[in-house]
Amino acid sequence: MRIEGIPASPGYAEGPLFDLDQPPGSYKAKASAEEEQAALVSAIGKAVGRLTALVETADGDAAGILEFHIAMLEDDALSGPALAAIGSGQPADAAWRAALDSEIAGYEASDQDYFRARAADLRDIRDQVLRALSEEGEAEAPPGAILYGEDIAPTRFLETDWNKGGGIALKRGSTASHVAMLARSRGVPMVVGLGDDAQTLTGVALLDAERGGIIFSPSPAEVETFRQSASSFADRQGAARTFLIEPAVTKTGTAVRVQVNIAYPSDVDGIDVATCDGVGLMRTEFLFGKALPDEETQYRAYRKVLEWAGDKPVTIRTVDAGGDKPVPGFTVEETNPFLGLRGIRLSLKRRDIFRVQIRALLRAAIHGNLKVMFPMIATHDEYAQAAALFAEEQSALAAEGVAHKLPPLGIMVEVPSVALAPEDFADVAFLSIGSNDLTQYVMAAARDNAAVAHLNSVRHPAVLRLIASVAAFGQKKGVPVSLCGDAGGDPAAIPALLEAGLRDLSVAPAQLAMAKAAIADVSV
Amino acid sequence: MSASAEATVLITHAVGLHARPSVKFTKLAKSFAAEVEVAVAANGPWFDAKSIVKVMAAKAPKGTMLHIRAKGDGAAQAVKALVDLVQRDFDEDADHARSA
Repeated sequence: MRIEGIPASPGYAEGPLFDLDQPPGSYKAKASAEEEQAALVSAIGKAVGRLTALVETADGDAAGILEFHIAMLEDDALSGPALAAIGSGQPADAAWRAALDSEIAGYEASDQDYFRARAADLRDIRDQVLRALSEEGEAEAPPGAILYGEDIAPTRFLETDWNKGGGIALKRGSTASHVAMLARSRGVPMVVGLGDDAQTLTGVALLDAERGGIIFSPSPAEVETFRQSASSFADRQGAARTFLIEPAVTKTGTAVRVQVNIAYPSDVDGIDVATCDGVGLMRTEFLFGKALPDEETQYRAYRKVLEWAGDKPVTIRTVDAGGDKPVPGFTVEETNPFLGLRGIRLSLKRRDIFRVQIRALLRAAIHGNLKVMFPMIATHDEYAQAAALFAEEQSALAAEGVAHKLPPLGIMVEVPSVALAPEDFADVAFLSIGSNDLTQYVMAAARDNAAVAHLNSVRHPAVLRLIASVAAFGQKKGVPVSLCGDAGGDPAAIPALLEAGLRDLSVAPAQLAMAKAAIADVSV
Repeated sequence: MSASAEATVLITHAVGLHARPSVKFTKLAKSFAAEVEVAVAANGPWFDAKSIVKVMAAKAPKGTMLHIRAKGDGAAQAVKALVDLVQRDFDEDADHARSA
């Protein structure tokens, strides 16, 4: 039985189904205190994630309670005693239970009804995390499995060993989710939007993430056909690989720069620097994870990538938290986060945090060819304020005698206001089109919502027209323009992007070869 | 850079500095760079106003004189904003206070 879905990351996988939505098991102790602590932190994160999803469907009073639970869970003061107890030898579940029980006893001892009643909330909070912890101990997906379920958490993706093959098949999900992005960059086949029609949840399945579909309980004939398609895909990929080591040129000989997008400093370990023209986008929000990274941690992360790239450019984007990328202790909860305090707006609001990143960037700049860009710029004033902070921190470092360098400062073009009126930005060092966000804002279609995924196309004439006008503006004013969204690595979108005038694309590392092959097919 | 500010405000909200009010209170506190602390007595103990766990542990019911102090960037603004929030009963009506 074949069920159709939407391809989110191309490829083929044949393997046993693994049910992502199975009920919880019991907690399994880990080998070291560090792993126990990591298990607790991840379980808290999982509980927060679930509650956050619930808040969206809850009404006023219920939402208020859930928000209280989330705020408590996100407070380090709650997990601190448990983490300390783990450090002195306790397993995560017992440490968390003991820490929360002591907190609960404090509430129960109160002489006021209102405070006593909060003990129930604390018990609820305690149990949510215990539940998430016991899931950590669940049977792991066998190697090469197809993970099948409603949706998949980024942590689950990162925990899975994809070296043995396997894939992801989701009933809902979105091609623009973070997991889809990660899947594309690691070359993991993924299909979303399969719906609820599937009955079989066991046995071997065939995942076709090129056309978008999954076959349950396949017949021998279906397996045969599937393997042929998979091998043809592998051949095409193999052929594309011959393009990998060559600079990208179109059929008519026009050179196109192809850089890579990375999210973690360790991503560069698997990339041969000779196969790309630099890093067109290094995200930094993943560095922020559960806690805010200090200056030294950031400096080391940036320096690692700069040293890897040698004299090729590395464009680092200042933290783009908010929207669908919350960072506890930094981002704020909002009813409409994609239109709220995210990207540069948040950084300018939380300057204490932004200044730490700026100092780390200024110090790292001496180790390579660094460029820095600001996300979510809507007005020139935001760019000016951010640039002024760089100047301030530069003087401070100079006064302290710390080695540093001021990198060229550019902006992301993802808010339609900038794409419509780029003339305000003739003084920036470069423009980098963020096609994912630009498309979602132009089409008013959230990138994490499968129900409107059909609207979320960079090839809509309105989006392409904006991209072309930004490219033309850059050409006229001598401001370099590049594109670093997912569209840059999509063979189906590449012809339109080059026709719109772009000559500089940044793509997921796994898409480098296919992107160069696609460029070689275009006549511009 | 060593700005500091301090103020005292009477909690008039029906259930005091409680679950939902304390979510608002700590969120607002976190929006300032300054270090902010609260206490239910002038001589302390002082609790981190950005930690909801600590603020809840202060167990400040209706009628408490809440002491707020801040130091660092924007200390005065932080104290003023938090005092305003308490004086506005955390922007909640009595109806909401029931289940807060």
